[in-house]
Amino acid sequence: MNFLGNHLLTLILFFPALAAAVIFFLPKDNLPVVRWTAFAASLVPFLLTVILWALFKPGQSGFQFQEQYTWYPAVHSSFHLGVDGLSLTMVLLTTLLTPLALLASFNITDRLKAYMMLFLFLETGMLGVFMAVDLLIFFVFWEIGLIPMYFLINQWGSEKGEREIWKGVKVQARNYASLKFIIYTMGGSLGLLLAIQMLGVLFQTYDLQALYLKWNTLNGSLLGFPVTTVKAVAFWAFVIAFAVKVPVWPFHTWLPDAHTEAPTAGSMILAGVLLKLGAYGFLRLVLPLYPAESQHYAGALAFLAVMAIVFGAFAAYGQKDFKRLVAYSSVNHMGFVLLGIAAAAKVGFSSTDVALNLSKDIALNGAVLQMFNHGLSAAGMFFLVGVLYERTHTRNLDDFGGLFTLVPLYGGILIFTSMASLGLPGLNGFVSEFLVVRGSWPALTGYTAVAMLGLLFTGAYILKSLKQVLHGPLNEHWAHGDHRLTEINTREILVMAPLMALILSIGIYPAWILDVVNKAVLMLFH
Amino acid sequence: MHFPILSVIVFTPVCAALLMLLYKPDQKKAVRITALVTAGVVLLLSTIVYFSYNKAVAGYQFVEKYSWMPFLGISLHFGVDGLSAPLVLLTGIVMLTGVMISWGIEDRPREFFAFLFFLASGVLGVFASLDLFMLFFFYEIAVFPMYLLISIWGWIKTREYAAMKLTLYLFIGSVVALVGALAMYWQSGQHTFDMLVLEHANFPVSFQNVWFPFVFLGFAVLGGLFPFHNWSPDGHVAAPTAVSMFHAGVLMKLGAFAALRVGIMLLPEGAKTWHWVIMGLALVNIVYGALIASVQTDFKYVIGFSSVSHMGLVMMGFATLTREGLTGAGLQMFSHGVMTALFFAAVGMVYDRAHTRDIPKLGGMAGPLPLVAVGVIIGSLVSMGMPGFSGFIAEFPIFLGIWKTQWVVAVVAALSIVITASYVLLVVRRVFFGRMPAELEGHIRPINAFDKIALVLLCAIMVGLGLFPALMVPWVQTGVQHVLSLLGGA
Repeated sequence: MNFLGNHLLTLILFFPALAAAVIFFLPKDNLPVVRWTAFAASLVPFLLTVILWALFKPGQSGFQFQEQYTWYPAVHSSFHLGVDGLSLTMVLLTTLLTPLALLASFNITDRLKAYMMLFLFLETGMLGVFMAVDLLIFFVFWEIGLIPMYFLINQWGSEKGEREIWKGVKVQARNYASLKFIIYTMGGSLGLLLAIQMLGVLFQTYDLQALYLKWNTLNGSLLGFPVTTVKAVAFWAFVIAFAVKVPVWPFHTWLPDAHTEAPTAGSMILAGVLLKLGAYGFLRLVLPLYPAESQHYAGALAFLAVMAIVFGAFAAYGQKDFKRLVAYSSVNHMGFVLLGIAAAAKVGFSSTDVALNLSKDIALNGAVLQMFNHGLSAAGMFFLVGVLYERTHTRNLDDFGGLFTLVPLYGGILIFTSMASLGLPGLNGFVSEFLVVRGSWPALTGYTAVAMLGLLFTGAYILKSLKQVLHGPLNEHWAHGDHRLTEINTREILVMAPLMALILSIGIYPAWILDVVNKAVLMLFH
Repeated sequence: MHFPILSVIVFTPVCAALLMLLYKPDQKKAVRITALVTAGVVLLLSTIVYFSYNKAVAGYQFVEKYSWMPFLGISLHFGVDGLSAPLVLLTGIVMLTGVMISWGIEDRPREFFAFLFFLASGVLGVFASLDLFMLFFFYEIAVFPMYLLISIWGWIKTREYAAMKLTLYLFIGSVVALVGALAMYWQSGQHTFDMLVLEHANFPVSFQNVWFPFVFLGFAVLGGLFPFHNWSPDGHVAAPTAVSMFHAGVLMKLGAFAALRVGIMLLPEGAKTWHWVIMGLALVNIVYGALIASVQTDFKYVIGFSSVSHMGLVMMGFATLTREGLTGAGLQMFSHGVMTALFFAAVGMVYDRAHTRDIPKLGGMAGPLPLVAVGVIIGSLVSMGMPGFSGFIAEFPIFLGIWKTQWVVAVVAALSIVITASYVLLVVRRVFFGRMPAELEGHIRPINAFDKIALVLLCAIMVGLGLFPALMVPWVQTGVQHVLSLLGGA
């Protein structure tokens, strides 16, 4: 128990990678063995995370379960892990969604071993970002996660579809999408990398807590410029890196492509966890490292957030491809996360106004909860789109219609998940979006008002998609013969069940998770 | 008197080469086995040297000194420090893997391996020499077999041109460097070529300023420094696989290493005066090399130009003259050596089967050659400086060094990361995935066990070093400490 207690984070972090190494030695042709090994292996980190959640002390400030090992002393980086309430929620989300995504991948037969290994490596990559307490380690995992996702999209993405890139030159859409995904993210991270290098040279440490302190108390001039100028540039370098990942308008264009082409489980993880890495970056690095700059530029961030909300909703409404619609809905929903963050930034860390501070806390709670909630509902939505696509081989909304009568159970689950995404009271989306707009209102009244209009369009596109898929006249094509649409099967229900249970439980009783989130927020941002 | 391990390492290949020449031409199997055993012995001994190097004591170790031409002050003087020990190890690795993947060579294997081993002795001699004259001696020994290897076993279309171009470039470079070395010999007034003495000769600053460019740039030709780099992609492409591995993997490091050892360490004040120039040239290497690599359609040229880009990072690390930059450069020499050996091995395996290196004519190679695909993917990740692999471990400190010197350069150089990522990923996809052209269908035979061992070994080193930098960084740091002390303070 003591070993477990002292190495809990390392175990959670590296178990998937070790499991991937074991899978490498499994027989290639025995698909069930590979599937079940991968799935069982991914349950272990989840169970360990449940233990972590139980042992975690929400009231205690700072990082818990810290582990530190020498890694690269020459550049002042150590392998330092730890979790607080903020990262714990994200770790839970990751370890929860990975087994579900693997369960959702049981129909994969093409190079299954490599597929499962990439997924498990991806899990390690994502968890590392959430657990890192060392800036360089954060970056290491931030970049590592890109590679498995690139290959998942590129190799197991949809085989159909071409994309014109240049005057009639066409490439396969999944190739286009995967390269766009990785180049956008790597390009966006260049500024972050450079800023990290500068911080390393400046302070000779990458320990986050030390950096928070040293970077904020730096005065005078740097590299021949006033420190404030350098900080402003570095602030935007950080912001762009994370904004690409969230993604925030206008850096979002990689996302619809990547989502549309990715395999179902890839989309689940991409929307469920990878986008959260960006938002997490804002909370973990941007706000604590640049309180003054974020306050100064809060209006700009809020503007971007509102644009993401409004344009995301409009764009989603305009889609004919069901999966693309859900992809744009991610832009829309993640906009609320950024809005909450911008509102908190606007109030700042040193305000003495009690009412404003309360609003700030509410906004941040909302933002973090929205991250978690969107992880659940977006993963669910992508999975449901995948279920339909697998049976019909089309995602075109015009090809469906009236399917509810054929597949009532699927229809019910789709409506339930869509309602969570829409923000129906009683389900999780409502709680977090309400908290965000409530918290943002005093600081950013105008932006919040526009964002709430965006909420209206969220309703519009979700209802539109439901109408086109489930209601209206039945498309007879799916009712007869070989085309006959089959009902959602048990395995697929098992993927959805945990998501739906959590969606409902957070909707009805959000306190179990908000308690952890709120305490973390209070300690981090005051 | 301890076991003269460095002499044994340096002279084993040349002895084996002579032995092989005594075999009958048709004793191909005996030749191959001799080559494999020799390479194995060299790798084993260099591993022993590497791991028994005492980091706490630092400095030059395993030192041997035999008088050779006393009246000129020349002696056979060997020793390794924290910078050269990894390079000796690298040479051992490339030798063994190079022999393994050349196992199937049918055209005069006796001469091929013999020349390759002459080359290896030369390379090892340079890394181990502490005597300036001997350094040149081995340097020339390393360059000349290259000419024969390329012009006899090379790619028929360009081999004569490339071999001639390479040899002329390198000879001119070494002559220029030799002039500088002779100037040092006379200036020191101590009639010695011993570098340990010359390190403390306290050459006047004006002397150093005049002669530094001769020495540094002369050697930098072999290191592929812009604008003297253009022998290298041609040479890489024309050379047979094992020779390309040696050439890019080890020989280019020879240039960089000699530029450091003779240029920066013996003429530190000159280095301080000229380092801005080197920085500028290296920056061109990094960005321009990456850009040129991204427009190549020949698989091997892509790798050739990417080497130019990566060697630019080595030169850049030197030019910062900082602890971080030099440490990174030392690591990059090793990391790039392993990576590029792997790349050329993989290109060779693809070419041997598809008989073309034209990227648009390739595709779907991952099907019949899964391990090659994995190897190239790992190499690509190293190449783009992906964290978790050795490339990041090497590049990150170089960038820290640049930040300490001039931040603008760091910003520009960082562009190469994205350029590299885009072209290596595109090449990997086009060659290994997608649909295989119909004319190649069924012609791609799987790789043999030796190929597999070589690929796995090279990949394991890159991943191991990426995850555990402690496997090499402390060695390099001791070497860098010595360089810094010569640079004065720092």
